[in-house]
Amino acid sequence: MQDTAAAITPDVVASHGLKPDEYQRLLEILGREPSFTELGIFSVMWSEHCSYKSSRVWLKTLPTTGKQVIQGPGENAGIVDLGDGDCAVFKMESHNHPSYIEPYQGAATGVGGIMRDVFTMGARPVANLNALRFGAPEHHKTRHLVDGVVSGIGGYGNCVGVPTVGGEVNFDAGYNNNILVNAMCVGLARTDKIFYSAAKGVGLPVVYVGSKTGRDGIHGATMASAEFDDKSDEKRPTVQVGDPFTEKLLIEACLELMAMDVIIAIQDMGAAGLTSSTSEMADKGEVGIELNLDHVPQREEGMTAYEMMLSESQERMLMILKPGSEPKAEAIFVKWGLDFAVIGKTTDTGRMIITHKGKVEADLPVPVLANSAPMYERPWVATVPPQPILPEWVPAPNAVLGALTSLMGSPALCSRRWIWQQYDHMVMGDTIGRPGGDAAVVRIHGTIKGLAATCDVTPRYVAADPAMGTKQAVVETWRNLIAVGADPLAITDNMNFANPERPEIMGQFVGSCQGMAEACKALDYPVVSGNVSLYNETNGVGIPPTPAIGGVGLIPDTSKIADIALKREGDLLLVIGDERGWLGQSLYQQMVAGKLEGAPPPVDLQDEIKAGRLVRSLIREGAVSAVHDLSDGGLLVGLAEMALSGDMGIELYPYTGKLPAHAIWFGEDQGRYILSVTPQRAEEVLERARLLELPARIVGRAGGQSITLKGESELALANLRSAHEAWLPGYMSAPHTN
Amino acid sequence: MLRASVIVFPGSNCDRDVKVAIEKVTGFPVKMVWHGDAEVPASDLIVLPGGFSYGDYLRCGAMAAHSPIMRDVIAKAKAGTPVLGICNGFQVLCESGLLPGVLMRNASLKFICRDVHLKCEQDKTFFTQCYRRDQVIKVPVAHAEGNFFADTETLDRLEGEGQVAFRYCDADGNVSAATNLNGAQRNIAGVTDKTGRILGMMPHPERLFETALGGTDGRRIFESALVSVTAAMA
Repeated sequence: MQDTAAAITPDVVASHGLKPDEYQRLLEILGREPSFTELGIFSVMWSEHCSYKSSRVWLKTLPTTGKQVIQGPGENAGIVDLGDGDCAVFKMESHNHPSYIEPYQGAATGVGGIMRDVFTMGARPVANLNALRFGAPEHHKTRHLVDGVVSGIGGYGNCVGVPTVGGEVNFDAGYNNNILVNAMCVGLARTDKIFYSAAKGVGLPVVYVGSKTGRDGIHGATMASAEFDDKSDEKRPTVQVGDPFTEKLLIEACLELMAMDVIIAIQDMGAAGLTSSTSEMADKGEVGIELNLDHVPQREEGMTAYEMMLSESQERMLMILKPGSEPKAEAIFVKWGLDFAVIGKTTDTGRMIITHKGKVEADLPVPVLANSAPMYERPWVATVPPQPILPEWVPAPNAVLGALTSLMGSPALCSRRWIWQQYDHMVMGDTIGRPGGDAAVVRIHGTIKGLAATCDVTPRYVAADPAMGTKQAVVETWRNLIAVGADPLAITDNMNFANPERPEIMGQFVGSCQGMAEACKALDYPVVSGNVSLYNETNGVGIPPTPAIGGVGLIPDTSKIADIALKREGDLLLVIGDERGWLGQSLYQQMVAGKLEGAPPPVDLQDEIKAGRLVRSLIREGAVSAVHDLSDGGLLVGLAEMALSGDMGIELYPYTGKLPAHAIWFGEDQGRYILSVTPQRAEEVLERARLLELPARIVGRAGGQSITLKGESELALANLRSAHEAWLPGYMSAPHTN
Repeated sequence: MLRASVIVFPGSNCDRDVKVAIEKVTGFPVKMVWHGDAEVPASDLIVLPGGFSYGDYLRCGAMAAHSPIMRDVIAKAKAGTPVLGICNGFQVLCESGLLPGVLMRNASLKFICRDVHLKCEQDKTFFTQCYRRDQVIKVPVAHAEGNFFADTETLDRLEGEGQVAFRYCDADGNVSAATNLNGAQRNIAGVTDKTGRILGMMPHPERLFETALGGTDGRRIFESALVSVTAAMA
């Protein structure tokens, strides 16, 4: 495939991931047959991964603006205003396919790539998060993949020295042959020091910095846009290899250079490497670009133009500098031990001309290259959501606290400590809210302000009802930010779906976009960046639809925040929000009935806003000593998490209402929070909820070292803790059976 | 007055953290010194920070131990300038021969980041005089290679001469196999040289020096240094 003289046969076209009609389109656009290098260039630019050809028409329907938004989708990352000249730069991106093939490197380079997207805009990365989905625990590859992915994320982030502060993990048979690794990075910049990628100006030096180019990752973007089959292991050479040490040096060198006034444009070389970065920079700057590949720093001998243009070697950046500033810039990169090479210049021809060893290997019109990818309005059929089920249809447990112990020790709800203890979550010295809470809190260095960040989605809700499930995902991130005392600002989305050429899958995607748009609009919580990962399927079986949402919020004063740990003996525990005993699609239903049925819990956006505002006010007034939003597992699981976190027991008050008690304890109704307040303030809080027409009641009292419920045997915290902490380490250290 | 210098190696990533901690605890500005420099400015304290110097390639701390600045660090340490090595800095101190022993891969083979309890076994040295002997403190660790190893003779000598500064213990100060975080010989988390003026420790005192971060037990390392320097000047 690397033979530049190779004839372009239909097989060669197909091996580049181009459909026959797409190749026909290319012939028409060029008016001639492409060179082999040009075919490679177009194949990556037109890949689903780079072109968003199936998703773009729907992504355009998402709300992306607001007074807090400085930069919406379309740049390397989104940017929101934090006041005082500070801004947050963030994005989430998938590295699913590489992580399944080579879990350590796949996950590591996912982390590296997303950090480059953030610091390329002038931001210092300050927090990493990740959303991980693995197959069923009993699947023979799962443990190997968990181990590799977690080590890879830690290995990269720990070395670079950016804290990994949050994330989420699911196990589900639907991901057996296609795991999801979504990495999110949040950075901090000054609003007057933001860098963009438009190469504006003619005759400017094009500068390559960072690692040398090798043969790794060639066609990574194309691989990431294809389904898997039994031969996917053969694609291992398309996975890139990460070097976090170089990334650390690259961050420091770039930020040092950015402090001077010499960079006109900068872009990381991510998917589709040199091809994508040069064409995007030139297109945005409305210029042409000439590259001489002889000057590209190379790690291997005898690389062809095709290989250099398509390599996805990591830790590389492309910059357009002010003329004459090269020596100053070079000195910085030399100091940090990084390659620095002028490899071309901008022109007024509007063409991208690639020469190598004196020969023109590609000569293409930039606007065509950057904007001519096919756009598909793929046919879709909406998912028909199931009817709601009644709480009575799901059987009661023999013992409520026994069911709680089982849930808390299950793969879905057990402690993730084994994972996040492998991540350095404290480096940089500003981690105030550590992993294990509703949202991570990182102080804005040198100030009293803080950033809150979280990522969430409940795929079983999305599978049942893509619109409602995605609305729920957006709202859950919003609630998690509220629960630590933050003002939710904006989201990044990572849309992981199966093959969009199947109308039912496209229908999931469309429904998901609709639900997201509705929630974002109502909450003034726009989408500022994101990533779409399609074709997540193997041998025709797709993953559950998984639109992972990453939310970012601002904390004006980090002395006024909340966490989930119970702290005061004698505090009353209040639940705020409507309780309908919603067991459809709940973890409890899955555990006792062995299946998921019915509609997922509905979201009422207006009630969410009312409850959220009240809870945030109470946090800032110092009226609550602990707060937890309710999600997976419902009320009793939420209470148990608070008890374990604070190492303090709870006396539960028996439920005396009309619904089945187990539906109250385990129902997954939305829009709810638990608050820990003193008895003196409880009545006031209940009254304030009543004024907003929000249901609220007292469900228990903090104290002791066990969870007690009248008529049930006492559940010692120590026993609950063992159940909660045991599963993951036990699973990971069990002897191999296959 | 405290003149502290933090050495910055390529790949150091706790350099800023320790600078901030020293400045906030002592009130005196800290100098950052590039690894490629030939000389450390006149200092009352030199800090080798945590991180992944040279990517931890070859062996943790091995390449940093041979970087240009280390010649002067070693010379100044031998002439009596106090040196604190935290995490990767401890590894550099061992690799450069300023402290005995070596830090191997954790027994679990995993990176471990969490708060741990330490028993202070010194209360008279440059870095520890503000702690009480046998005081139990809480300080975080974050490392994959913190498993301290030395031969029995060396370990006996370290214990005999009071050079063990910290051991991993539980909240009540019990030192046992169950509290041995990473497989370290005799639960050792930090050691000093014979003079007590060179301290290497795996835990990160700079990460718990203020309440907002979850604790203040790490402060006393820096307070001790300030008190020691001030006393010496008086």
